[in-house]
Amino acid sequence: MTHTDKTPFVLLAALVVLLALGPFLPKSLFLLTMSLGKGLVVLGLVVLLRTGLVSFGQGLYYCVGAYAVGSLSQFASVKNAVLLLLAGTLVTAILATILGFLLANYRGIFFAMLTLALSMIVYGLLVKTSTLGSTDGFNVPPASLLGKVISGQSNQYPMFALACIVAFVAAVLTNSYLWTALGQLSSAIRDNEIRVEYMGASVRNAVHTKYVLAGALAGLGGAVTALAIGHIDPEMAYWTTSGEFVFVAILGGTGSVIAPFLGSIIFEFIRTYAYQYSPNTWQLVLGAALLLLIIFLPAGLWSVFARLRRRT
Amino acid sequence: MNEFLAVLMDGLIYSSWLFVIALGLTLIYGVMKILNMAHGSFYALGAYAAASMVGYWLNHGHAPMASYGILVLAAVLVGLIAGPLIERGLLRFMYGRDEMVLLLVTYALFLILEDVIKLIWGVDPYFIPEPYSLLGTMDIASLTYPYYSFILIGVAVLAGGAVALVLQYTRQGKLLLAVIHDREVSLAMGINVSRFYLVTFTVGTALAAIGGALTAPTVSVVPGMGVEVIVLAFAVVVIGGLGSLEGAALGALIVGLVRSAAVHYLPQVELFCIYSVMALVLIFRPKGLFAAAEVRKI
Repeated sequence: MTHTDKTPFVLLAALVVLLALGPFLPKSLFLLTMSLGKGLVVLGLVVLLRTGLVSFGQGLYYCVGAYAVGSLSQFASVKNAVLLLLAGTLVTAILATILGFLLANYRGIFFAMLTLALSMIVYGLLVKTSTLGSTDGFNVPPASLLGKVISGQSNQYPMFALACIVAFVAAVLTNSYLWTALGQLSSAIRDNEIRVEYMGASVRNAVHTKYVLAGALAGLGGAVTALAIGHIDPEMAYWTTSGEFVFVAILGGTGSVIAPFLGSIIFEFIRTYAYQYSPNTWQLVLGAALLLLIIFLPAGLWSVFARLRRRT
Repeated sequence: MNEFLAVLMDGLIYSSWLFVIALGLTLIYGVMKILNMAHGSFYALGAYAAASMVGYWLNHGHAPMASYGILVLAAVLVGLIAGPLIERGLLRFMYGRDEMVLLLVTYALFLILEDVIKLIWGVDPYFIPEPYSLLGTMDIASLTYPYYSFILIGVAVLAGGAVALVLQYTRQGKLLLAVIHDREVSLAMGINVSRFYLVTFTVGTALAAIGGALTAPTVSVVPGMGVEVIVLAFAVVVIGGLGSLEGAALGALIVGLVRSAAVHYLPQVELFCIYSVMALVLIFRPKGLFAAAEVRKI
């Protein structure tokens, strides 16, 4: 074990830079907050991807996390932002634990299809639930922290700072998980499950744990997004949302826990500007980019950094 | 009693529509092991092509009865143009890669085609209701159905029957079965596998396009119409077992009847119940109802 992992330091540096730069980027703050929220979902997806599993249903947890926050805030008057984020994470972690018993048996296309079906079930339920606003969803009241209102149109910095800190903590924890023996099992499972079993490890348990981690991260991401936008709707559980997360995961790559956030920020900015300048061709640009990535850069944007570092 | 009959009829019509689309999807998966996320886009392409061709035909005062032929012609054209273009131009470079990579490639294709459709046809809706109303209606025990709906059932039976007959009784069909069974050995025996891939993908595309073309007269043709169709078709083929012809038929019947029962008796659960059935089938039969046993490779 001569290799020392520098990722936490890079993350800390990124956190400091983001927090310091924040006040000077008032126009991008909302977009950055959104990117961090979605980056959390993608981070969870990366944990699954490293194991060779593609979930086309992370929107399920993204949506449930957001709805947990929205319902608690709207119907139970919970306003503390940290409490709300924790609740969103906890609810999705429990849900993922339950569903994980089932999903841990599935691989490949069938894993993708079952996750897709489950997320569409939630979508179908929410669309027809009038107390939760059906297709329109509902507004999430502004949350507060230390007695101050932190989310709202006028002052976006506090919410941005909270998102940065949450993303930092989640990334550091996920990173240390990936370095544990259980975390390192990922690529072994992807390569050959049966040999992993012969070695004495339980593939089922490993996959289950990773699925719960991914679900909790997606729930946290949804919770951050709910607070940042102040509105939630069932579209968050639709399969195209989940597809977008998969796209960002491929864009960033699975090489590091930083990659999902990098991918997410790049994706959100490209999408926002592409949508502004040419609303009818931005998906075409995305699709073409995805094809180019699959063909020329299958390990994502992160592999470019990794290659540069190896050369120096 | 009447309501029950209505459930059955609506379910059957909806199932036929689903089957035509799912047949293409399951065929492509069975032969090429590609779960095609762009399938819904082919459906939308078919609908758009049909809408503009039939619209042109009727505007120039030609015989309205021929518009049914034009619908099918539009779908076949979409299949013949889009199918080979995508298979030869893109997919053939991807064969042999992981199924998930291929799924992502077709997802990219879906994103691209969604916008290509907008670029060609714009974002305004198209309407061609003429073929739908032209044939008049028929009464079945106090329920009124347009004859057009029966065309859909006929096309579904015809398409399914044709594929089954070709697979079982023709030389080419048997060769295709060999390709499905083992691509490498077929290649070694001198079967032109890449030609079978090309033909399969073209036929699959055309089937999705026929589904779209036949739907065009009954709805407004709008951007994004294929997005929901993809997941519905996925549900059908996953329930039946990926790559299985009987499975697609049974899956379409199940989804069609469940949906129409939900619409009639409990409209709140319409979407929810389709995907619940899909999840339930996957829970108890992880590879679908008609899945073939797979050899485990160590």
